[in-house]
Amino acid sequence: MRHRILPGFGISLGYALTYLGLIVLLPLAALVWKASGIGIEGLIHLLAAPRTLAALRLSFGSALLAALINAVIGLLVAWVLVRYRFPGRRLFDALVDLPFALPTAVAGIALTALYAPNGWLGSWLASWGIKVAYTPLGVLVAMVFVGFPFVVRTLQPVLESLDRDVEEAAESLGARRWQTFLRVILPMLAPALLTGFALALARAVGEYGSVIFIAGNIPMRSEIAPLLIVQKLEQFDYAGAAALSTAMLLFSFVLLVVITLLQRWSSRWMEKTR
Amino acid sequence: MSTHASTRPVRWPRRLVRGLFILIAVSFLALFLLLPLAIVFIEAFREGVSAYFATIKQGDALSAIRLTLLVAAIAVPLNLVFGVAAAWAMARFEFHGKALLGAFIDLPFSISPVISGLVYVLLFGAQGWFGPWLDAHGVKIIFAVPGLVLATVFITLPFVARELIPLMQSQGSEEEEAARVLGANGWQMFFRVTVPNIRWALLYGVLLCNARAMGEFGAVSVVSGHIRGLTTTMPLEVEMRYNEYDYVGAFAVASLLALLALLTLLVKTLLEWRYGGEIAAHAPGGH
Repeated sequence: MRHRILPGFGISLGYALTYLGLIVLLPLAALVWKASGIGIEGLIHLLAAPRTLAALRLSFGSALLAALINAVIGLLVAWVLVRYRFPGRRLFDALVDLPFALPTAVAGIALTALYAPNGWLGSWLASWGIKVAYTPLGVLVAMVFVGFPFVVRTLQPVLESLDRDVEEAAESLGARRWQTFLRVILPMLAPALLTGFALALARAVGEYGSVIFIAGNIPMRSEIAPLLIVQKLEQFDYAGAAALSTAMLLFSFVLLVVITLLQRWSSRWMEKTR
Repeated sequence: MSTHASTRPVRWPRRLVRGLFILIAVSFLALFLLLPLAIVFIEAFREGVSAYFATIKQGDALSAIRLTLLVAAIAVPLNLVFGVAAAWAMARFEFHGKALLGAFIDLPFSISPVISGLVYVLLFGAQGWFGPWLDAHGVKIIFAVPGLVLATVFITLPFVARELIPLMQSQGSEEEEAARVLGANGWQMFFRVTVPNIRWALLYGVLLCNARAMGEFGAVSVVSGHIRGLTTTMPLEVEMRYNEYDYVGAFAVASLLALLALLTLLVKTLLEWRYGGEIAAHAPGGH
């Protein structure tokens, strides 16, 4: 017992567990309890409703796509911020966290004003025949915005600690720059990239504030699952709201487990090839 | 050209690739992040400075600001105490189920804000578990301030704990053990050794926790009931004004929240530059 000498184990752990139990676990138990009230048949009936299906497809489909876009552009931005020196770099680096700091409702109305048909970007895109606000594309834009910092912030420390000797070795052996990147650098970044992807995905799936303003919330077309939960609640369909929530949590959980497995596999693969 | 170049196809000049990458990254950041921030202030001042201040001084805005400050003033200290307690237990002692406890602490980050509000409606709402009992005793939680506080506490629960746990784990406990051996009691050790060692990370966690507490929308929206002047926090006031087509008013309140975000970013960046080593070791995540 190395830590016997330090006091406060019982009280700190006891307090933390009680607090966590009361604030998080008990309410979540109430959610699952309430959801179980509608039974398996009710759940199937609920999930098979065309409107629910469309909302779930939109929420999870756009979130996956948004996380993918964030993985690509986040990798590029992290690379530029870590590897290159240019004027204003630190300012842009600080700017990356803006979507974390800016309240979602503010982001929501700002994005809507920007991408509405009469907005600065919206009117320009409209001249190309692209409509963003009040379409599923608007949902995607908001999800990319809120998830953007995750990939950059998970990749940055890994990129900084990357051993440049390996890259130089690859190049002195005749590898081209893009070969070095694909075969040497990318595999080393893969686990962190997957972590960032998973965090961006989880955030986008549940996102509400920034999405509902720009989405226009047209049933069957641009209505996200969290909004459907709110609507059920407003109609006092508590059991339906709880069941849809539980289903969303389960889907997210399965997705995150798959990503964790992928991550383990990629880091084990890294160990082997080392 | 040298023989080197003739043996392989012409390479992209490195400086060109580098310039192109910087250009893409900077334009993305400017267009996608900076422009939405700028548009908040542009829209807020669209009808001039006097219209801006007039709409901010309206009664509802002031009560929204007061309520937002009140909710954060309760939620942040609660999660500060929890964060320190959880970090002390997890970074200084070994026990079964530690990894599970860590996963539970992170849970609010991976749950939709809407669901975070819903769970309290199911517990304390009129049809909830404790609803009838609360009703009989005249206690109102949902569609009232306690509900707003609870939902905010849920959402911001992980921030302080998440900053402290990795830092305290990497610092180790030698100094605290030394203080104990030299005769300090528990509180002396805590306030003279532990707190000075973690103060910047603590401030960092509180800063992020506060920003989220004041800006939270989804969770409080579910429990608020949108009663003007009573249960509307600033983000909800933004939504209500926006839905009533009062765009200048909505963006004016939004601009205050945007200022809070900018201030948070500024202090956060300064802390990272100055005390990077004393904050470090934190995994990025749902900040």
